[in-house]
Amino acid sequence: MNFSIIRRTLGWLLLFEGIFFHLPLITAAIYWEAEFFTFLICIGICAALGGLCFIKKPKNTSIFAKEGFVIVALSWIVISLIGALPFVLSGAIPSYVDALFETVSGFTTTGATILNGGQIDGMAKSLLMWRSFTHWVGGMGVLVLIMAFLPLSGARNMHMMKAESPGPVVGKIVPKVKQTAIILYAIYAGMTIIQLIMLLCGGVPLFEAVTTSFATAGTGGFFANSQGVAGYNLYVQIVVTVFMALFSINFNSYYLIGRGKIKDAFNTEVRAFLAIFFTAVALIALDIWLEPMIFSGKFEYEYSLGESIQHAFFYVSSIISTTGFGTVDYTLWPVFSQTILVVLMFIGACAGSTGGGIKVSRIVILSKAGMREVGSLIQPNRVKKITMDHRPVSHEVVRSVTAFFIAYIAVFALSTLLVSFNVGIDSTTNFSAVASTLNNVGPGLSAVGPMGNFSVYNDFSKFVFIFDMLAGRLEIFPMLILFAPTTWKK
Amino acid sequence: MKIIIVGCGRVGQTLAEKLGAEGHNVTVVDVSADRVKYVTDQWDVMGVVGNGATHEVQLEAGIADANLLIAVTNSDELNLLCCMIAKKESNCQTIARIKNPDYSKEAQYLQNELGLVMVINPEYAAAEEISRVLHFPSAIKIEPFGKGRVELIKFRLAVDGQLKGLSVKDMMAKFHPDILVCAVERGDEAYIPKGDFVFQPKDVVSIIGTTKNANKFFHKIHYKGHTVKDAIVVGGGVITHYLCDILDKSDITLKVIEKDEKICEDLAMRWPNISVIHGVASEKSLLLEEGIERTSAFVALAQYDEENIILSLFAKDAGNAKIITKINRTDYDSVINKLDLDTVVCPKNVTASSILRYVRSTKKSHESNMLTLYNIIEDKVEAAEFLVGEGAKIIGTPLSELKFKPDVLIASIVRGKKVIIPRGNDVIEAGDTVVVVTTDIAIDSVDDVLN
Repeated sequence: MNFSIIRRTLGWLLLFEGIFFHLPLITAAIYWEAEFFTFLICIGICAALGGLCFIKKPKNTSIFAKEGFVIVALSWIVISLIGALPFVLSGAIPSYVDALFETVSGFTTTGATILNGGQIDGMAKSLLMWRSFTHWVGGMGVLVLIMAFLPLSGARNMHMMKAESPGPVVGKIVPKVKQTAIILYAIYAGMTIIQLIMLLCGGVPLFEAVTTSFATAGTGGFFANSQGVAGYNLYVQIVVTVFMALFSINFNSYYLIGRGKIKDAFNTEVRAFLAIFFTAVALIALDIWLEPMIFSGKFEYEYSLGESIQHAFFYVSSIISTTGFGTVDYTLWPVFSQTILVVLMFIGACAGSTGGGIKVSRIVILSKAGMREVGSLIQPNRVKKITMDHRPVSHEVVRSVTAFFIAYIAVFALSTLLVSFNVGIDSTTNFSAVASTLNNVGPGLSAVGPMGNFSVYNDFSKFVFIFDMLAGRLEIFPMLILFAPTTWKK
Repeated sequence: MKIIIVGCGRVGQTLAEKLGAEGHNVTVVDVSADRVKYVTDQWDVMGVVGNGATHEVQLEAGIADANLLIAVTNSDELNLLCCMIAKKESNCQTIARIKNPDYSKEAQYLQNELGLVMVINPEYAAAEEISRVLHFPSAIKIEPFGKGRVELIKFRLAVDGQLKGLSVKDMMAKFHPDILVCAVERGDEAYIPKGDFVFQPKDVVSIIGTTKNANKFFHKIHYKGHTVKDAIVVGGGVITHYLCDILDKSDITLKVIEKDEKICEDLAMRWPNISVIHGVASEKSLLLEEGIERTSAFVALAQYDEENIILSLFAKDAGNAKIITKINRTDYDSVINKLDLDTVVCPKNVTASSILRYVRSTKKSHESNMLTLYNIIEDKVEAAEFLVGEGAKIIGTPLSELKFKPDVLIASIVRGKKVIIPRGNDVIEAGDTVVVVTTDIAIDSVDDVLN
């Protein structure tokens, strides 16, 4: 294990976080808030700690796969530990564990919160800006951002990109890692700005337009007031709905569309994503439109057909993209619709997007592998290769996808077990809370539904959720590798 | 520049590494997914799996807006086909590797007919290099510049040689040689020596000068050199084939040892003057029988590096021959350099530098044109030859008044037929060719040497 290069990269990370703190610092200056000094102190801490990492020059700059994993996992832990400081130092969230939960939830683009509506409305604007900005930074990945700006140690930092970017196969879109990182961030920033402009056109005030755009782009889910998207007009809700869906599609597709390769852009994964998306919308819309009328015995519609479609679209987009914005309270919907939403949480967005979950491409590969197994029972000697977009999926990839799935289920089961020690909380809440944090969605069902929050849990459960959120964002293995003793041997 | 490399063999990998490191956008193509994965994991390049001679794969690799396609698969025919198809699709430039002697005779014809900008032949280039060293055995390596008027010569100082303990300044005062010391290699370090640099035994020194002056210099410092009259060549591969072709008419008698009878017969039929021995060269008794103790040169060109190294060390130990060793893998350079070998020839590096030179020289500027590029010390010190144009900032000012970057040396100026080993008051003129030695790898134009 090359510890010196890990230290150096963490140094860069801290310096970058110092730069990130400037945005809330400016916000504090504009709104004349005392938090200005809080952020000033935080910038000082980042500069000091970051500087410490630069005292010794690393002799060996090589990064192999294991260093890539460890750097990514440690980076996300360190950035969250420091990122929680403004909340504690300003006194907005007195408990450090709560502040850490909120920050991890921000960077991992989960959007689960321990704050209630009143606390959010009472929070300083600079802190709210920081809270939303963590989504934007975490969405595309902070190490990818560092790669776009710094000439890190050459070719090997592809290992870091592979560990940080979601999806079973992470490839480059252009020959250079740095160029790839720049293109991805350019698409990301460009789409964020388009959304910002469209929100401003809908009459959203600048501060809320910026924070909402950050939260949508990162598919996070923090909102800068307790009202949420429900407080805005239909146009704004539609803009948010559409952009949540757009940010959950593989960014490579946008690059391909930009290069005029429309056919390549709509690959198997994107087509599967769209199919799942629209099927879910149709089922939920019909369910919430018809069911209250048929089974409540009241013979009246809860929602009109138009409203049903609107809410179905909004929530499918919000959940499959793992954003977790809320309008109406879906915990009051029929169980069938709620179940579909929980299934969507697990499926998640496309690989190479800012969304969480298992990822559509993995689901596609898993179903094909499953079908091949069934097929081989019927025709044991038939040779069949799993393909995607007319290309064979290598055995390695199939193996890593199944291994990921198993690890995912294991982490899920273990977390649910650990959380169940928390007395006084029903199993639906526990189940959905773990699902929601591991998939980086945000709201769950029952007590942690869109109208509730995670403050019902004790500190131990919050640590479990913090681990789940990081494991979900980094796709399990970078977090697990930290627990392997051989990782730390010299 | 967007470059597509078809074939991820030894040459392809070296090219991917070096071109990628110089900042070009490189995409590699190979039929083997494992090999593509290895290359893309190792270096900052993109990979495409498939047959590079098909239209579809070339499109995927981005042939439409590529500037250069280099086909270096193992098959000459495939390489030529790659280039033809690439030419049909886009107006990119194409370079093909041709190693089969049958085609290489017609290289010029193929190059013209298929519109290739360059035909590369690593094996032929290696044979040429071996032949140069055989004709000037004092040197480890010889690289001609300025159409052969100046040569860059690399040699190793003897343990108790005349230069031991002398500084460069003292050496100049003592011997007044008309040459310039341009680089010194000591262990893993490389230096461009200043006046107060002190030589140590076993340093590998590179000097630049005319052949005549270099000979005089070697004579003055009593550097032991001998002329090569005969050479034992181990292995009858493609390099041997070319070497026989080059040396057939010279005064060096060759003796080739090859274990395959068919190859022996073929060589014997083509070059009746060369003695071809059928036998296994790794057998000590055979080598002794064929006179390894008396031969004046020993060239190890067998298939495996290990065999070549062992045989070379044995030859060094057994006799007093000039040793030339072919090495394919460069990963263990640091170890190989510590061995007591004379000249190490690496075909893939020879080829890579000629392609690098071509790629750099395509960045044409009004100041200068790169003519030759040569790695004096792998990845550390480079010698580049430029034709200086009218617009260059470097012309018209005495060298002592120019502000050079650190670790840059103007090693020679060729003006017409005159060779100038530059001193402080010399002036570069338009139309000169200058050789620049630098540790700043990747200079493209002569003005890059200025601060």
